[in-house]
Amino acid sequence: MNFSLRYYIEKLRKSWMIISLVIILSLPFLIGISLLFKSWPLLVSTPISEIIFSSNWMPTKGNFGLWPFIFSSIVVSLLGLLIMIPFTLASAIYITQFAPNWISKVLRTVIDILAGIPSVIFGLWGIIVIVPMVSEWATSANSANASGYSILAAGIVVAVTTLPFVLNMLIELFESVPRELKESTLAMGASHWQTIKDVILKKIRPGIIAAFTLGLSKAFGETIAVLMVVGNVVQIPDSIFAAGYPLPALLANNYGEMMSIPKYDSALMLSALMLLIIVILFNYFAHKVIRFYQSKM
Amino acid sequence: MNSRKYLVEKIVKIILLIFTIFIVFVLLSIFYGIFKKGLSALNWEIISQVPKGGYYFGKEGGILNAIVGSLYLAIGASLIALVISIPAAFFIHTYLFSYPKWQKRVRLWLDVLWGIPPIVYGAFAFNFMLFMGWPSSLLAAMITVALLISPVMIRSMDESLQHNSKGLFESALSLGFFKGEIGFKFLFKQSLPGITTAFLLALGKGLGDTASVLFTAGFTDYIPESITEPAATLPLAIFFQLSSPIPEVKERAYAAAIVLTIIILVISILSRVLSKRFSKNRIK
Repeated sequence: MNFSLRYYIEKLRKSWMIISLVIILSLPFLIGISLLFKSWPLLVSTPISEIIFSSNWMPTKGNFGLWPFIFSSIVVSLLGLLIMIPFTLASAIYITQFAPNWISKVLRTVIDILAGIPSVIFGLWGIIVIVPMVSEWATSANSANASGYSILAAGIVVAVTTLPFVLNMLIELFESVPRELKESTLAMGASHWQTIKDVILKKIRPGIIAAFTLGLSKAFGETIAVLMVVGNVVQIPDSIFAAGYPLPALLANNYGEMMSIPKYDSALMLSALMLLIIVILFNYFAHKVIRFYQSKM
Repeated sequence: MNSRKYLVEKIVKIILLIFTIFIVFVLLSIFYGIFKKGLSALNWEIISQVPKGGYYFGKEGGILNAIVGSLYLAIGASLIALVISIPAAFFIHTYLFSYPKWQKRVRLWLDVLWGIPPIVYGAFAFNFMLFMGWPSSLLAAMITVALLISPVMIRSMDESLQHNSKGLFESALSLGFFKGEIGFKFLFKQSLPGITTAFLLALGKGLGDTASVLFTAGFTDYIPESITEPAATLPLAIFFQLSSPIPEVKERAYAAAIVLTIIILVISILSRVLSKRFSKNRIK
């Protein structure tokens, strides 16, 4: 082929490559700017601290206190994290350290399948299995809300949706520990469990924390599965059996009517912006920590 | 002392095993729950027909519109994502080859991007559509989902390219090939297994994602005939039918969930088989 033609094709190819990479990499900024632009009318008329910490949510009267939603979001994702931690940590240790080869393979397949299941299916499972269970607990605890659609149900469902994601990262972390480290500890006379507890876990502790941070931010953004089981009542939940209303659920439920009430769309876009900023911050630092381990080992 | 050490180890092992089995149990419980609820409503009519008049009051019809809509959406979005992801992944491995620091930065940012919740993409796309005056349509949903899955796609292609020998790039460069040519001619063949699994991964994500298409795809009882028409998707069909007070309609939501689960499972099996088959012409 003629050289100058080849050269022009290469130029074309290069610009295609650069344009597509730039589109993807600049996406968070584009999203952020567009959401900020939309939420601006509300931000100039009300101080931001009042929007975040006020519990007064009356869109028709122009009161947009987001605190009930923010609080629900925090409680649901922390609860999900608490439930998820023992399961992911235990099975990551079991799969990488103790399990015979074939069992480990089967378990990894299970995690892969779980990771592929769509959020809406987890939500359905929550309605069929978790909500009746929680409802029974709530009845025996004499709770005001015995329907089962509650913060606790949402926490359990969110724990399951984020579990495969976190577990995969933990497995990778455990596998990144050099073999020699384990072998030398074993040679010193430590049992397998002592090695794990005192050497391996200590070695990768910040990595484990980072993996859980990623799980937390994933739980924070989980929408449909949570929306289906959380009850969607605007209130500050007073117990784990009370219904809540997390930020993503607020967005998903109200986008249809947000154009009809003034500034309503601003409030919704502001909540999307908050989700975006929190998730990006969490993920950025968590990935930095995880990177550090990957480069070291 | 010695015996205690091993006793503790045995107990710990059993506790770990119990927690691990619980995860398997959760997966089985998901399948069991959905199949038990939906199997009675699942029949040929539901898979092969679009909703007829009065479908949402329990009369005849099916969810073919949602099945086809979901497949169109997932395939279209994955194809658009491929057009963005392949060149982007090659850029990281060719033009950024001698800038490892920048490679790292790009990877870090892509990983961060992956974590942005779909609902935020949905809100952004909705804003954008309002701004441009576009109605909700299959195309808008495809683009939204494509942007959502591109970071994952680029990263998984990138991972598979990292296993390549650096010698391949360097020797091709020394023979006088342009960097882009190396990408599209040599690395392409090497990353074929990676591209295949990335495509199928994206397909699964596109089929299952609800939050981002909630704003963009709209909903219709008909099978879309062009990409400018709105389209129904399976997750949305499940979601809407579930909120119906009529038990027959609710049951169909579970039937639709079975269909969705089976499609997702088939894709995940396919991706395993194909990635094994394609990895044979790899230069180690």
